[in-house]
Order: sequence, then C-alpha cells, then structure tokens
Amino acid sequence: MSVYAAIVLRELRRAWSTGGLALPVVFFLLVAILFPFAVGPDAALLGRIAPGVIWAAALLAALLPVERLVAPDLESGVLDQLAVRGLPDAGVAAAKVAGHWLGFAPALLAATVIASGLLQLPGGALAPLLIALLIGTPGLAALGVATAALVAGLRGAGALAGLVMLPFAVPLLIFGATAGQPGALKLLGAVSLLLVAGCPFVAGAAVRMGRG
Amino acid sequence: MFEGLDLALAPGEAALVTGPNGAGKSSLIRIAAGLLAPAAGSVTGEGARALMAEVPALDPELSLGAALRFWSGIDGRRMAVGEALAAVNLADLAPVPVRMLSTGQRRRAALARVVASAAPVWLLDEPANGLDTGSVALLEGLIARHRAAGGIALVATHLPIALPQARMVAL
Repeated sequence: MSVYAAIVLRELRRAWSTGGLALPVVFFLLVAILFPFAVGPDAALLGRIAPGVIWAAALLAALLPVERLVAPDLESGVLDQLAVRGLPDAGVAAAKVAGHWLGFAPALLAATVIASGLLQLPGGALAPLLIALLIGTPGLAALGVATAALVAGLRGAGALAGLVMLPFAVPLLIFGATAGQPGALKLLGAVSLLLVAGCPFVAGAAVRMGRG
Repeated sequence: MFEGLDLALAPGEAALVTGPNGAGKSSLIRIAAGLLAPAAGSVTGEGARALMAEVPALDPELSLGAALRFWSGIDGRRMAVGEALAAVNLADLAPVPVRMLSTGQRRRAALARVVASAAPVWLLDEPANGLDTGSVALLEGLIARHRAAGGIALVATHLPIALPQARMVAL
C-alpha cells in the first residue's frame, strides 16, 4: 500500500513543482472572466448559463495537463522500473488517477467559487455545483490518465488527446451541468464511478501495448 | 532478431551478451525483465530483478539522493541509498539535482539504484556506456561483489567489460 502512496505523492509533487497545475486553474478562471464580456452583463442570463460554462471550462482545463501525465514517465523509464518491481500497470495508473485528482480537484473547486462570482451564479446554486464537481472530477481525472496513456509517444498528442477524451466526457458534462435536477447527481456519480473503475485498466493496457 | 537462445544462470553466475547494433541485446534484457513478451519461448526466474536500462528513470528536478530514495522506498530499503551512492563514488553528489549530473554520473546513479535494490538478479543494459575507465573498473568490481554474494548478472554490452567465468552469449 505504501508503494502506491509513494506514487500518489510523487504525482502530486511533480504536478505542483513543475507548475503544471497552475496553468489549468488560470485557464479555467480566464474562461470564467471572458464569458461575461462575451455574453454581456445580463445577470439573469449569466446565472442561468453559469453551471454549463463552469463545467465546460473544467473539462477543457482538465485536458491541459494530459501530455505530462504519462508520456514523461514512459520516456524516462519510470513506468518500466515500476513494472520490473512487479507492480501491475493498472495499479500504477490507478495511483496516477488518485494523484492527478488530488492535485487538480481542490484547486479547481476553489477556483469555482471565484468563477461563480464572476458569472453571477445565484447563491443557492453554488453548493450543488461544488458537490457535482466533487463527484465528477474523479471521473475527469481517470479519463485524463487513460487518454494520456493512449496518446503517449504519438506526434501531435495534445490535439489527439482532445479528440479521444472529450466524447467520453460528454456524459459528465450533461449530468454535471444539470446537477440541480432530480436524479442527475446519481447519474453523474454512476458515470464518474464507471470511469474511475475502468480507466486504470485502459491506461494499463495502453502502457503495456506501448512497450511492444 | 535472435532465436534458439537457451540460457540458465545459477547463483553466482553471470552472462555477457554481445552482438552488433540491432542484434537484440536490449530486447533480450527487456524480455528477461518481463517488460517484453518473447515471440516464442519463455523466461522463468526466482527472486526480484533490478534493471539498469538506457534511461535513468530519475526525476530530474529532485536531488540525486531524493530521486534514489523514491525507488529504494518502493523496494523497502530506504536506508540503502547512502551506501549505494558511496559504492559508485557519488556520495558527494547526493544533494545535487539529477538534471545537473553528467551522462556518466547519471549512469552511475542508475547503477546505484541497482545496488540499493539488493535484488538477486541484475539486468544491465549497456552499463559501461558513458563511463570512464575508472568507473568501468568500479562497475566490474560491483558485479564481482554481487556474484560473490550469490547474485546473478545478465549484462548486455558492446564495450569490453571483464566478467571472469561469465557465459558468453553472442547474438
């Protein structure tokens, strides 16, 4: 267990020390700042579209660090060294998901509070939105790691990552942005759980195939 | 690549794999490490394996000591790092970030991870690459010590490495 904890901590340390996490959060806030300029200062309209905007921004922000999640470790031989030590690739991927989520989710939730102010989100809608993000972001993190493993080592990996990841993220977007409606949170949880449970195996298989 | 290769190593034994570029030396090491599946045949072995590959797998932003402690922590031998660094003459460089090390120093750092792991089976892929004459002698000494303690070494190289009574495998 401590082995996986070491991998999670390494993910966290690398995410923060290489500055890879400030960028998505800044990007997320930038989108939240730009929207009122584009849509206009109509508070009622902004408040109505705010959850959707925040979810779309979160989705795109989660896409930004994808290139540094798996590819550097594949190149530097870290994944090989872990495999030689008998760790299953899927287990390593699961630890990466946990590390990635712990790195970006708290910062994203904090940024959401700021973004909700910028977008004139009605006061009562903030808590459901934060809960929805809390439920949905593990799925986003898992999807990010699986995508990163699938496109690692390919040319134009960043652009390809968007094509691979975004379609699978659509259910999270739909149920997350409508979290106020009955049942949406449960469906969001189901989708997120499915991604968290399945993506480490996808990522592990992709890493294994990449060695061949 | 190669076929019909049959190799068994008992404790204390070593094998030296030689051959031209592209003969499959690195692939043989990776197959022995379990990273590649052989197209035909099988690999069996007892005990943990330690791999020294072409790439160092040390986080460049960390100090050498911290980068090695990550791996020895996974091996459950965090205390072994200091001794292993001393064994490869890098004890003074422990606080230096990995990215500032030279090629040869990085190779020796990767060797230090192998030493620190205390794995009975060493798989070394071109361990002498980038090493000066003194460091090659150091490497030979470490392999000899490892074998004397009952360890196994499988070494792929195109540079001369002296391994007394080693099996020669020419691909």
